[in-house]
Amino acid sequence: MQIAFFPGCLVDMFYPGIGIAAVHVLERLGCDITVPEKQICCGQPLLNSGYAPETMPIIEQMVNAYADYDCVVSLTGSCMFAIQHDYTPYLQDKPALLEKQQRLAGNIYEFSDFIYRVLGVTDASAVLGSKLEASATYHKSCHLTRLLGIEEAPINLLKSVDGIDYVEMAFAERCCGFGGTFSVKEPEISCEMVHEKAQTIIDTGADIAVFEDAPCLLNVQGELTRMRDEGETSREVRCMHLAEVLDNR
Amino acid sequence: MAILYNEGTTLAERVDACLDDEFAHKAVERAQDVFYDKRNAVIGELPNWEDMRHAARAIRNRVNNNLDYYVAEFARNATAAGAHVHFAPKAEDALCEILDVFEEAHASTCVKSKSMMSEEIGMNEVLEEAGMEVVETDCAEAILQTAKDHPSHIVVPALHLDREAIARMFHDELGYAGSSVPEDITRFLRVHLREKFLAAEVGVRGCNFAVASTGSTTLVTNEGNGRMVDTLPKTQIVLVGIDRIVPDLESLDLMTSLLVRSAVGTKLTSYFTVDCGPAHEGEGDGATDVHIIMIDNGRSDILGSEFSAIERCIRCGACLNICPVYRHITGHGYGSIYPGPMGIVMTSCLEGYDKVDKLPYACSLCSACTSNCPMDIPLHDLIRQHRVNMVAQGYAGPIERRAFVTAGKVLSSRPLYDVATKVAARGMKPLAHNGDSLGPATAWIPVLGAWTRNRDFNRLADERFRDWFKKHEKEEGSAPEKGKDAR
Ligand code: SF4
Repeated sequence: MQIAFFPGCLVDMFYPGIGIAAVHVLERLGCDITVPEKQICCGQPLLNSGYAPETMPIIEQMVNAYADYDCVVSLTGSCMFAIQHDYTPYLQDKPALLEKQQRLAGNIYEFSDFIYRVLGVTDASAVLGSKLEASATYHKSCHLTRLLGIEEAPINLLKSVDGIDYVEMAFAERCCGFGGTFSVKEPEISCEMVHEKAQTIIDTGADIAVFEDAPCLLNVQGELTRMRDEGETSREVRCMHLAEVLDNR
Repeated sequence: MAILYNEGTTLAERVDACLDDEFAHKAVERAQDVFYDKRNAVIGELPNWEDMRHAARAIRNRVNNNLDYYVAEFARNATAAGAHVHFAPKAEDALCEILDVFEEAHASTCVKSKSMMSEEIGMNEVLEEAGMEVVETDCAEAILQTAKDHPSHIVVPALHLDREAIARMFHDELGYAGSSVPEDITRFLRVHLREKFLAAEVGVRGCNFAVASTGSTTLVTNEGNGRMVDTLPKTQIVLVGIDRIVPDLESLDLMTSLLVRSAVGTKLTSYFTVDCGPAHEGEGDGATDVHIIMIDNGRSDILGSEFSAIERCIRCGACLNICPVYRHITGHGYGSIYPGPMGIVMTSCLEGYDKVDKLPYACSLCSACTSNCPMDIPLHDLIRQHRVNMVAQGYAGPIERRAFVTAGKVLSSRPLYDVATKVAARGMKPLAHNGDSLGPATAWIPVLGAWTRNRDFNRLADERFRDWFKKHEKEEGSAPEKGKDAR
């Protein structure tokens, strides 16, 4: 199966390892992957801060980069939702671009959902040989869970990894406080939120915290590291993207 | 009080103060967790919650899209039932009507049940200034009135206070000598209010829903005080926002079910009152003179704007109860009688961007409110729309604007992006400690510092994903841009 992959700018810049793991997993599942030259960012940081006209060149770049592919896989749920839905109102006076975006909206899948539902892989251990001896908890990212309704796919895939002992965290679907530019525009509120999230993760006693959206991982990992450095916790919780867990053999 | 209190304070100042208020912060956290379980339980037992939500949305949209028709129908039927119906385009008009009713009735005392509208138009202050006695009879409102405090929630307005503080305050203000056990305080308040109920000449109350087909107004309460406000004084004032209308009793049934389950996580409240006109000849109780004041106060402007969906709001508070920001900054962080997600949307609409400071930015756009809202209002989208409007109308600072314009250019051009990421990666490298983390030592750097003051940041990778992929592709020996269809 031929797919165009969208890692998201955060993975591109900060966590290439997550993107690499995702590519390995998808290739192992028989996907022939391409990453369009022009792709960069979905534009959410600008759009969510209220800079709609300023986001237009990004939207155009993004839509043009992927519109000609029949199957696009996005590694981040919130980027995917932005591309599928948030662009639409801003393209009403650009019919050609709107048409392309609508086509893309129908052709784009989120990473775990693609594996689970489109490729029909429900047992990562059997099909991918995924193996990791650890107790793991999973953070349900906001847009992935609520707006895209993708909940079963990442959790079931995680549970199917050989050696994983799954522990649910309390209020798993509560926002980690990242919120794009919210994290630096309202850092006091954002920090309260991530602190609480980190604490609920610590409270599970899990060895690893698994994320499906890299932005949440960046946020929570930063808080867990700081809490340890400042002696607030002695627990070392490793933050991993689901792709990295699936890639582990 | 009107909509905003603590006017002149910035969002940042209010947030700081609220985060320092350990008690209120913890109280809201606990309350949210209780609400969460209760709401989920009563909604989980219904097989068709989503269908009910969609039906309710359709009803609210039908009414709001034909509001002139439904307002007229309601007014006609309420008048036929014997009530006086007044229209108030603005808060001032409503206040004049209220003062007129007091004057006509030669009244100087009133008892009130909880009404957001009375707060929105600032009724208490105006009546008190005119020499009237206004007594709040809802327990939480009575506490706030005695403490001269502001509400922190639209359904449970004294959520931020604990019983010790309440007992102390009643001791100082009203001579209460009992314990801080809630039942003792309530018993005291009951006796205190009973005299007020019996003496009051006017009863003022709000209205959860106004039924167009019957001209009735309804009240959903848990304390029974609403019924006494409703039946004891001879003159009755009902404050009705023009957006409170439902077409008929059947839709009232649906709305009430959604309201109560969402608001308090029960199937029904203790009291549910449907009131139609004054008491008739031979009826033992009830007001003989009923005045319904239908208040617009900016609502029809909202209906004509991109924020029209918020006019479906039934003030259940479910969006506050799930909001992770409200959880930490509590109601007072917003500085508005309408806090939380619905509050951000409403307050910005009603008060204008000049007055709300950065209120629309007090949100991580997590969408929990949207999925909890029984009226299916896309709250987080509306909050973002306020941001878009604020930026378009010049409310963003020049430095911020420049940064976003630059970001727009960098993130839509490969050459610029390549340069920027390379420069930034090189710049960040020496700042990192234990490997990839940027710690508190970077807290002085603008923007980045806002992040690293309290948590670590990751440095940019030396090799970006795309650089790795290029090499990987070569190793695999596949052609670039494969997978493109023939279009
Ligand atoms: S916006 Fe929705 S959830 Fe919030 S108070 Fe209104 S009806 Fe309730």
